[in-house]
Amino acid sequence: MKKVIVGNHAVSWGVQLARAEVISAYPITPQTQIVEELSEMCADGRLPARFIKVESEHSAMAACIGASVAGVRTFTATSSQGLLLMHEMLHYAAGGRLPVVMADINRAVAPGWNIWTDQNDSLSQRDTGWIQLYCENNQEVLDTTVQSFKLAEAVDLPVMLVLDAFYLSHTSEPVDIPDQADVDTFLPKREARLKLDVNDPRAFGALSPPDMYMELRLRQQEAMEQALEVFDAVEAEWGERFGRRYGAIEPYRTEDAEIVLVTSGTVTSTARYVVDERRARGEKVGLVKIKMFRPFPTARLRRALAGIPRVAVLDRNLSPGRSGIFAEELRAALYDLEPARRPGLDGYVIGLGGRDVTPDTIGECLDRSRAALAAGRAPEREDLWVGVKP
Amino acid sequence: MSTRTDDTTAREHPIAPFIRMERMPHIWCPTCGIGTVVKCYATALADSGVDLDKACVVSGIGCTGRVAGYMRLDGFHSTHGRAIPFATGLKLGRPELLVTVFSGDGDLVGIGGNHFIHAARRNMDLLVVLVNNFIYGMTGGQNAPTTPLTAHSSTMPFGNFERPFSLPHLAASCGASYVARWTCLQVRQLTWAFAEAIGRKGFRFIEVIAPCSTLYARLNKLGSGLDLMRFYHDNVEIRNGADTREVDIGYQEKIVCGKFRDEERPTYLELMHEHYRKTLGDRYVPMPPEGGLIRGED
Ligand code: SF4
Repeated sequence: MKKVIVGNHAVSWGVQLARAEVISAYPITPQTQIVEELSEMCADGRLPARFIKVESEHSAMAACIGASVAGVRTFTATSSQGLLLMHEMLHYAAGGRLPVVMADINRAVAPGWNIWTDQNDSLSQRDTGWIQLYCENNQEVLDTTVQSFKLAEAVDLPVMLVLDAFYLSHTSEPVDIPDQADVDTFLPKREARLKLDVNDPRAFGALSPPDMYMELRLRQQEAMEQALEVFDAVEAEWGERFGRRYGAIEPYRTEDAEIVLVTSGTVTSTARYVVDERRARGEKVGLVKIKMFRPFPTARLRRALAGIPRVAVLDRNLSPGRSGIFAEELRAALYDLEPARRPGLDGYVIGLGGRDVTPDTIGECLDRSRAALAAGRAPEREDLWVGVKP
Repeated sequence: MSTRTDDTTAREHPIAPFIRMERMPHIWCPTCGIGTVVKCYATALADSGVDLDKACVVSGIGCTGRVAGYMRLDGFHSTHGRAIPFATGLKLGRPELLVTVFSGDGDLVGIGGNHFIHAARRNMDLLVVLVNNFIYGMTGGQNAPTTPLTAHSSTMPFGNFERPFSLPHLAASCGASYVARWTCLQVRQLTWAFAEAIGRKGFRFIEVIAPCSTLYARLNKLGSGLDLMRFYHDNVEIRNGADTREVDIGYQEKIVCGKFRDEERPTYLELMHEHYRKTLGDRYVPMPPEGGLIRGED
């Protein structure tokens, strides 16, 4: 069945198809439509789940954790300040190895109050131990929502699926909605390996002294390392059933490219357009979309970019005092390449707080990287911020 | 007395000096009640002759959370639910200031509920103005901790079944020294209440029932904000000194208004000074009450 729906509702549909059992959330723009739709689905019986609108995002995640420990499938959604308020609980969900699934609508962080898109909210949760998946369009949002539950439950780790404020959350696109019966075969009811059970009593979250703690973290790291392969398997199964795959990373027209853009989120669609246009003019440019940010697909990115003369990373985020965050991650990932095959890397900061990223913005980045390539040195810092007012 | 209608000279609005006119038009919907509350507060400030350089407003997030940004007073637009802790820090840093917290029900007693009860318990010297419109306005009409039973909200599409707070009772039982409730129809009483509370100290709580025309009224098919004002007109019962256990608000039922408590009790800072003076004697060196080292200019 095809429907024209906004990104927020694509998430709600995904959660309904996945048959989440406990949904706990707090309103925040621009996420609110997700849980409003879900509260209706729960109230009118389309989704047999228990819904609670709690008193804060911190409580929303705490309630998901509680429900998840009880062995049921749980979901919440948030954005920006709400995600930041959850921070403590994010660590708890991941450290507790609980497969909670959450949608985060990428929105800039205050002060400088702003409800428009940028990635600093989710990226500042980088080290909480959540798998992070960035989506490009509403179909990908729906597909990723359902897949996230399967991935989370397979590796016992929480998954955050991330979509851009307004460009996806409030933009309508045609979305193919799979049949419930097919989704049920793809994603059966959750079978928790460990859960609260009166017949087999266990305590969760106990004190872990120095002689235990490190091993817990090691297990977590191993699960994260497995998550990439599991993600591939989940996507492969989804692809067989429903005919769509996205990949943890997606190289696009990178063959023989001299400059490759690295993008995530909706900027990718604009960048594809720019790449096509420039290719038509004979310029050797391509792009690599990063969907999975955690675990970081290091080896895969290294393979995709080895030998490319110049890489232009488009970051809609900033780690103040350093640079864009994807650029930093990528720099580290490419470090191990032998110098002859290691690309020069320009990290552009663009589109913060919802500033438009147009084909011209991206074209500008490409031009500056081309100049850098010709000159054999990186652009100055001033030239790495594109689209700022003088 | 007749009013001349041919005089079209533009005059300044009486509360214009209190408002950042460069930020007008504001975001509030037509017939929303928040603007009226701001008008009453500004009038009370003017009437009570407070030094405006010593008055500040702290807001949280939401439709009422915009107040701090619109008033020409120093203040913060803080984060969701945290207006009271921000204001507490402000008061401790500069005890001579009149610190008013202006925010909504979802902000102050939903996400910020913990701060509300503890500031009341400590009798922190803050004037807390809570505009209660029974719903989360800015995010689209979700159920609030004040939504009356059976009222509709966007997260309770078949009516609310969660028991709401009765805010005067909550504030009074936590220890607030001044507790009142008015609707934004009673502009005189509300203005007087503000003026009176400005002159008191400790945790002063004023709940103002106000229409959210766009969400609460629409989701419940109650007409416009004006219809809600008419409802207040017909259904407000003024009972000064009422027992706060008896002032719950039911869906479209009578609303008990009035001043419910007005008691002088020592504030947090007074208790602190007194306690240390008693226990430490001469060894206690209090920061000057007017703000100590931070205050350099006079
Ligand atoms: S949504 Fe409701 S509370 Fe907010 S400005 Fe409009 S009428 Fe007022």
